[in-house]
Amino acid sequence: MAVLLTKDTRVLCQGITGKHGTFHTQQALEYGTNMVGGVTPSKGGTQHLGLPVFNTVAEAKKETSADATVIYVPPAFAADAILEAIEAAVPLIVCITEGIPVLDMMRVKEALKTSSCRLIGPNCPGLITPGQAKIGIMPGFIHKPGHVGVISRSGTLTYEAVHQLSALGLGQSTCIGIGGDPIQGMGFIDALELLLADHDTHALVMIGEIGGTAEEEAAAYLEACNTSSTSQKTLLKPVVSFIAGQTAPPGRRMGHAGAVTTGNLGTAASKKEALLKAGAIVVDSPTQIGTAVAQQLNAT
Amino acid sequence: MNIHEYQAKMLLELQGLPIQKGVVATSPTEALEAANKLKGPYVVKAQIHAGGRGLGGGIKFAETKEDVQNIAQNLLGKPLITPQTGPEGKIVHKIYVVEAANFSREYYLSFFIDRAQNAVTLMLSNEGGGHIEETAPEKIKTLPLSPLVGLRAFHTRQAFDFLGLDAGLWKDFAHLLQRLYGLFMARDMDTLEINPLVVTDEGQLLIVDTKMVFDDNALYRQSDIVALKDPLEYAPQEIEAAKHDLSYVQLQGNIGCMVNGAGLAMATMDAIEAFGGKAANFLDVGGSASFEQIKAALDIILKEDSVKAVLVNIFGGIMHCDLMARALLEALEQTPTQKPLVVRLEGTHVDEAKALLAASDLAIEAADSLDDACRKVIACAGTPPTYKGAR
Repeated sequence: MAVLLTKDTRVLCQGITGKHGTFHTQQALEYGTNMVGGVTPSKGGTQHLGLPVFNTVAEAKKETSADATVIYVPPAFAADAILEAIEAAVPLIVCITEGIPVLDMMRVKEALKTSSCRLIGPNCPGLITPGQAKIGIMPGFIHKPGHVGVISRSGTLTYEAVHQLSALGLGQSTCIGIGGDPIQGMGFIDALELLLADHDTHALVMIGEIGGTAEEEAAAYLEACNTSSTSQKTLLKPVVSFIAGQTAPPGRRMGHAGAVTTGNLGTAASKKEALLKAGAIVVDSPTQIGTAVAQQLNAT
Repeated sequence: MNIHEYQAKMLLELQGLPIQKGVVATSPTEALEAANKLKGPYVVKAQIHAGGRGLGGGIKFAETKEDVQNIAQNLLGKPLITPQTGPEGKIVHKIYVVEAANFSREYYLSFFIDRAQNAVTLMLSNEGGGHIEETAPEKIKTLPLSPLVGLRAFHTRQAFDFLGLDAGLWKDFAHLLQRLYGLFMARDMDTLEINPLVVTDEGQLLIVDTKMVFDDNALYRQSDIVALKDPLEYAPQEIEAAKHDLSYVQLQGNIGCMVNGAGLAMATMDAIEAFGGKAANFLDVGGSASFEQIKAALDIILKEDSVKAVLVNIFGGIMHCDLMARALLEALEQTPTQKPLVVRLEGTHVDEAKALLAASDLAIEAADSLDDACRKVIACAGTPPTYKGAR
């Protein structure tokens, strides 16, 4: 079992005929993802990589019964692409694009509230259920099927964590990159909810970074889920966390649009403290993620 | 992106909003000319991209034109240290001379992107002029404005009543708030702060200080805002990095870093510190760095005197490690260096990459993991420098 994505999930690609769309659709097909078609306005009716291309998402969904769509369109058009997927009621929308204006994303997020669609991203690597399917830009081969769920705001740092896990023989159930933008679709709590309920996921890795208060809110959520009545904190499933940016200077944007502290808000210290209080294991160095998970799983 | 106060005031003036008359100057002579165009007494304000200027002595009252000139002389070309600049301060290149205003009541007002609320939030306080972070929570009101609803008259009424402004100011206040909100939305701002908004002794609303921050992601559609960018406010390395689409932030350690991905770049700095070292910079070469970018990144890092050793940490996903290794070797051949280089590559085509590095005559130390890389680079760099005021 896994969450959100299996080998049977029928996936569309918006922007399939572009450079990134082409490259990553090929990679996804090689990995085993059930790609069913693509969307590029004005190229409807053609074929690309052996898949049918449509002018609109609505048409593509109708013809292919797609369950998911992945978006590789430039930032100026990406918010529109997400809105089109919402209008077409595609259940899972994954937006890889980095650089979408925040006011555009705010309107998208508002539109999401009245729909039953789930958005992952933008500015994210996507998601993967190892051994089954991947939607996004992560290198598939570093992953192994298994029982660790991974949730992260970062791309390459997630690969680092996954690599450590796989090297220790710890496979992953599903890895979800929620992205590094200030306004995003699915957050830590949504992903935690899914992975905590998944019987196949035995431990969680949660990779946060400076900026915003999503980690603090996730910590409060974890604490509320904690069923233990004793003062000793034991989470339902062990959660290992790392917060990137402990050594970042205050007030500077660190690459990601969302990775910036404002005053005392969004600091690594505040996030670490909240997660520790909730019973998570918080490591100081990214090099300790894999071994910390191994310790936790051996202990239980 | 940030702009200066005088530039932000210009944007406000274009909206017909009330600001003090002022002239910008870059020399004491220009400051005197500025004063000649204005009515005294004056306030001379250092123009740097950092808050807390008043506390640092960057905002001075001047009774006469001569005072203006003297203050300009003392401020220009010198570093101004405020609680937000760091211990080294920021060099003052421009000052803004304005006509002093008389007022007794100060208010705080801002619009900002509220991540948690998914809204543009209006924040108000009837205790303006100071630091909003230090204002008591009961003196602050926040009104999240839904992206579908925007700023409505009822919000304005709530804001007006909370601030307790005189009834006669309702029309002016409503106009001011609408224009500010309109400007925020039209210009893709991240923050628009008015602090303080005052009621002058003549009973008029006046914007005395303002700060504007713009969404970097939206700059492609705000070309006239981009034109306001002041290159003097950025470290030369940051300007060079931006030219090559690299994300760079200068830090205070002695280990230069080149990493792909913002999260991994931050994590690499953290790992270095966890092992007892200190990074000299944050540098993200991006997900699919070209040879030109890698060359530029290496040049920027190596040029820095404080850098005693370099750590390259690449996790190849889209980017193939062998291409990275080739680019790195070629860049090093073009720009030879005595500084030790520790390279850690992982991911797509890593074996080919390691073979390439091993076959090279260049003094590159390969590392097998991030731990290994940190240990090796710290050993090369030696004891990190200690700076006054470093965290």
